[in-house]
Amino acid sequence: MSSYHLDHLQYLETEAIHVLREVAASFERPAILFSGGKDSICILRLAEKAFRPSEIPMPFLNVETGHEFPELIDFRDRRAKELGAKLIVRTVDDAFAKGLATPTPGQVSRNQLQIPVLLGAIEEFRFDCCIGGARRDEEKARAKERFFSFRDAFGQWDPKNQRPEIWNLYNARVNPGENMRVFPLSNWTEMDVWEYIQREKLEVPTIYFSHTRECFRRGGQWLPVPPPHATNGQPDVYAGARPTAKEPLKTMVCRVRTIADMISTGMIDSPASTVDDIIREVAAARITERGTRADDKASEAAMEDRKKAGYF
Amino acid sequence: MPHSQHPIELLRFNTCGSVDDGKSTLIGRLLYDSKSIMEDQMEALERSADITGGGQVNLANLTDGLRAEREQGITIDVAYRYFATPRRKFIVADTPGHVQYTRNMVTGASTANLSIVLVDARLGVIEQSRRHTYIASLLRIPHLIVAINKMDLMDWSEARFTEIRHQFESFLPRLDIKDVKFIPISALNGDNVVERSGHTPWYEGPTLLGHLESVHIASDWNLQGLRFPVQWVNRPNNPTDKTLHDFRGLSGQISGGIVKVGQKILVLPSGQRSTVKEIWTCDGAVPEAFCPQSVTLQLEHAIDCSRGDMIAGTEELPGVASEFEAHVVWMHQRPLVPGKKYFLKHTANNCRAVVTALESKVSFDTLENETEPPAQLALNDIGRIRLKTAKPLIFDGYRTNRLTGSFILTEEGTNHTVAAGMLEGPSELYKPEYTDFAI
Ligand SMILES: Nc1nc2c(ncn2[C@@H]2O[C@H](COP(=O)(O)OP(=O)(O)OP(=O)(O)O)[C@@H](O)[C@H]2O)c(=O)[nH]1
Repeated sequence: MSSYHLDHLQYLETEAIHVLREVAASFERPAILFSGGKDSICILRLAEKAFRPSEIPMPFLNVETGHEFPELIDFRDRRAKELGAKLIVRTVDDAFAKGLATPTPGQVSRNQLQIPVLLGAIEEFRFDCCIGGARRDEEKARAKERFFSFRDAFGQWDPKNQRPEIWNLYNARVNPGENMRVFPLSNWTEMDVWEYIQREKLEVPTIYFSHTRECFRRGGQWLPVPPPHATNGQPDVYAGARPTAKEPLKTMVCRVRTIADMISTGMIDSPASTVDDIIREVAAARITERGTRADDKASEAAMEDRKKAGYF
Repeated sequence: MPHSQHPIELLRFNTCGSVDDGKSTLIGRLLYDSKSIMEDQMEALERSADITGGGQVNLANLTDGLRAEREQGITIDVAYRYFATPRRKFIVADTPGHVQYTRNMVTGASTANLSIVLVDARLGVIEQSRRHTYIASLLRIPHLIVAINKMDLMDWSEARFTEIRHQFESFLPRLDIKDVKFIPISALNGDNVVERSGHTPWYEGPTLLGHLESVHIASDWNLQGLRFPVQWVNRPNNPTDKTLHDFRGLSGQISGGIVKVGQKILVLPSGQRSTVKEIWTCDGAVPEAFCPQSVTLQLEHAIDCSRGDMIAGTEELPGVASEFEAHVVWMHQRPLVPGKKYFLKHTANNCRAVVTALESKVSFDTLENETEPPAQLALNDIGRIRLKTAKPLIFDGYRTNRLTGSFILTEEGTNHTVAAGMLEGPSELYKPEYTDFAI
């Protein structure tokens, strides 16, 4: 191989940097969705590569369900501070308070409710573009996604009528009120993400590594037992997400493979305590990372339906 | 940028061919036989097989990710899939077969190093086979595999295979594809896909995957003639670091050639000259960089240069013009008519453009131009046009450089992407006026 040659990670990196710079040059008010998860950690590293020595020219946005892992929130806040970025957080609880969303009776998961919160934040800050860390290999509706994915004034995705996307000539044109979702990691696999984390020596939240945790069995998954209800007179946000007497408990040596919130993240048995261990584990895995997500199990088109409504 | 211990190459390919030629089945087969299908995906397939497929697992459902696609059993939009073998990583674009969705086929093919055109052995070459092969050639995809599928239904007849091969060879000379391989397969049963088939003792070539793993792609990028479209100007605001006070970086992705520190360059279209002072990356300065790396250049002189400008080497100069000839694939229901204005995007440049003439249209019966110049180009037509831009573009013919020779047109108002365009080479190259002049 000649020395003028990129390996697969370098190729994916240069493609993603090009995408990020197109966003900075083409939109007036872009934002980066930053959850603290492994994919958005890669996005931040790529943003540093795209924009340094300047500041990263866009704020970070995170939509909280209120059921977050505390480790993740700490990590998110610290990373944003280290990078000198502005972090905007909007929560499902705020949206309830403002009447932008209403709790679904009988439904504990607030996954769906992230949609109105996200769309509310887009409107509030008049973001014309949101950069997300979604990857095509995660899920088959995502496999259909463009790098520059157009959303109409209602935040809707029209999968049967996407703009053709040819070469690296991204069509960034939107009218006022419309919005673009941009996915620089479109072509990355779970393995690529971990290999990149390894190569770039990126820090990730501790819940990706093996630790001991109290879990309970529900819907074919081991879900983490939520933190105790604070005795402050407020209603229990985890009501319904706590183990019932019928659901078996287990103290597990486990980690997360993909992170949603505490209610929708299945823990996997794993002794992996370093990035190298995780890479070995991913290489040998026989189920997909989304196999541990309760939110995707609803139906074959669960993701497609959420995306059409404005989800990431 | 650091190199990994085991550099693994990435090959991007797409599958095309007519409806029901077996594209989705083939990809399902490649994923299945290379052990890239996970248990939960398999379970989901089996669940849907019980519900809709009379118990028969349909490998095509792996890539048909939209509800409408599964319901109709057709592919509407490109699905991207990823798999790896110990030798290579692959990005697969499963592109639709229906003429109606040709624009999505072009989307999937535009970034491919290799195209697989599937042919149903029972039907032989049909219009879609010619159309997709023509598009692969127009897009200058360097490698082509013609996979003659459903050979199980033709009793693995060598004569049939040879006959179809000859049908292809009769029109290939009119096209511009150098590397073509013909492979007899059964996507459904897996013959010659990953494992060599016992049914084809007469076939001596590689299996499909064997070929994907070994085809030579290292030289697919253009390393001749520096082209650096300036994408974003990097000027730190109020840097706390004093050494950055005068930092003025030009960020972009190298679209051709190699750039070196100390190299003399031209900023086009203004024609100003300078020298590369530093190639800045987040991981530290580097002495040289090459296509398609993304870097930030600092020049010796503080000259006016911003997004849309092109930095080029002083040799192997690009063309500069505001009138062009080009091939376009038309991608919208509203036809292309001469005189209409569009937005054009070329490298990092956006400007208005007007189509001044329609010169010819390709017939997919003959792969020749139709005799009469067309009055319009309709959805999925491919033709040759003339156009004029509101400002000069710095460009190469698409033949020489896919990145600096391509453009898209978008419609004003709706912002739909309506055309993919490939420029003809310049009739005149940029002429530097004073060869020794430096600022
Ligand atoms: N006998 C036989 N049948 C095949 C073979 N390959 C595919 N088929 C069948 O042909 C039909 C169409 O296959 P698909 O893979 O869905 O076709 P496609 O090319 O993806 O079609 P579109 O997605 O609509 O463009 C299915 O019923 C397959 O089972 C083969 O090698 N032999």
